[in-house]
Amino acid sequence: MIPIEYYLYLSATLFTIGVLGVLYRRNAIIVFMCIELMLNAVNLIMVAFSNYLNDGAGQVFVFFIMAVAAAEVAVGLAILIMMYRNTRTTDINILNRLKW
Amino acid sequence: MTLNLFYFLSFVAVFAAVLVVFSKSPVSSVLYLIIAFFAIAGHYVLMNAEFLAAVHVIVYAGAIMVLFLYVIMLLNLNKESEPHKSNLLKFAAAICAGLLMIVLVGSLKGADTMIQQQVANGQTGLVKNLGKILFTEFLLPFELASILLLAAMVGAVMLGKSEPK
Repeated sequence: MIPIEYYLYLSATLFTIGVLGVLYRRNAIIVFMCIELMLNAVNLIMVAFSNYLNDGAGQVFVFFIMAVAAAEVAVGLAILIMMYRNTRTTDINILNRLKW
Repeated sequence: MTLNLFYFLSFVAVFAAVLVVFSKSPVSSVLYLIIAFFAIAGHYVLMNAEFLAAVHVIVYAGAIMVLFLYVIMLLNLNKESEPHKSNLLKFAAAICAGLLMIVLVGSLKGADTMIQQQVANGQTGLVKNLGKILFTEFLLPFELASILLLAAMVGAVMLGKSEPK
């Protein structure tokens, strides 16, 4: 059986790549995809712990994360389309007006 | 054998994830993300969570990624017209992510000694056991998730429809 430390490091790596993508890119769609990547890193670690502790609750949590991710993507992409309709771009720097 | 499979799937997942961040066009980013999701589904199979692997492929590769592809198609973003951040900001982003990686790895070091590993029976991920937990212990969150999905659906339709002239 694979040691759980390997899964911890793999999820940490995937999560970091997701954070890097959010900070690195300006295209809002890529930022969304990187958020999905981060959610998946967390899902992976939860399934790993569920498997190691023989507890099904971890896998049920992963279900709920998937449902929330689906809802988040649907609403987020709708907001993105609305933003594109108004500004003709998906550059997140355009949204810096939200700061004021 | 299992360990080699783990290394292979991890390599594919990390490689595809890096390409998601650094590829030029959004469409290839989506395709690399699908590869990463399939690798993660392989990890689920490796951990005896076959049902979750199937759901993962259906929901992520089947539904969410199709939604992404449709939006990219609708917005016609395939051209490489994306403005890039300045080199200073990119450098700062890489430094921040590297520091986060160091913190995560440092905090997770030696975690395996703290975990009492149970004897694996391979039965946890079966539909029967998961359904039993989902519909007894987590019945209220399950119903709330359905309301959340309905609200998200209504919200997406409302946001996406064109404004009245």
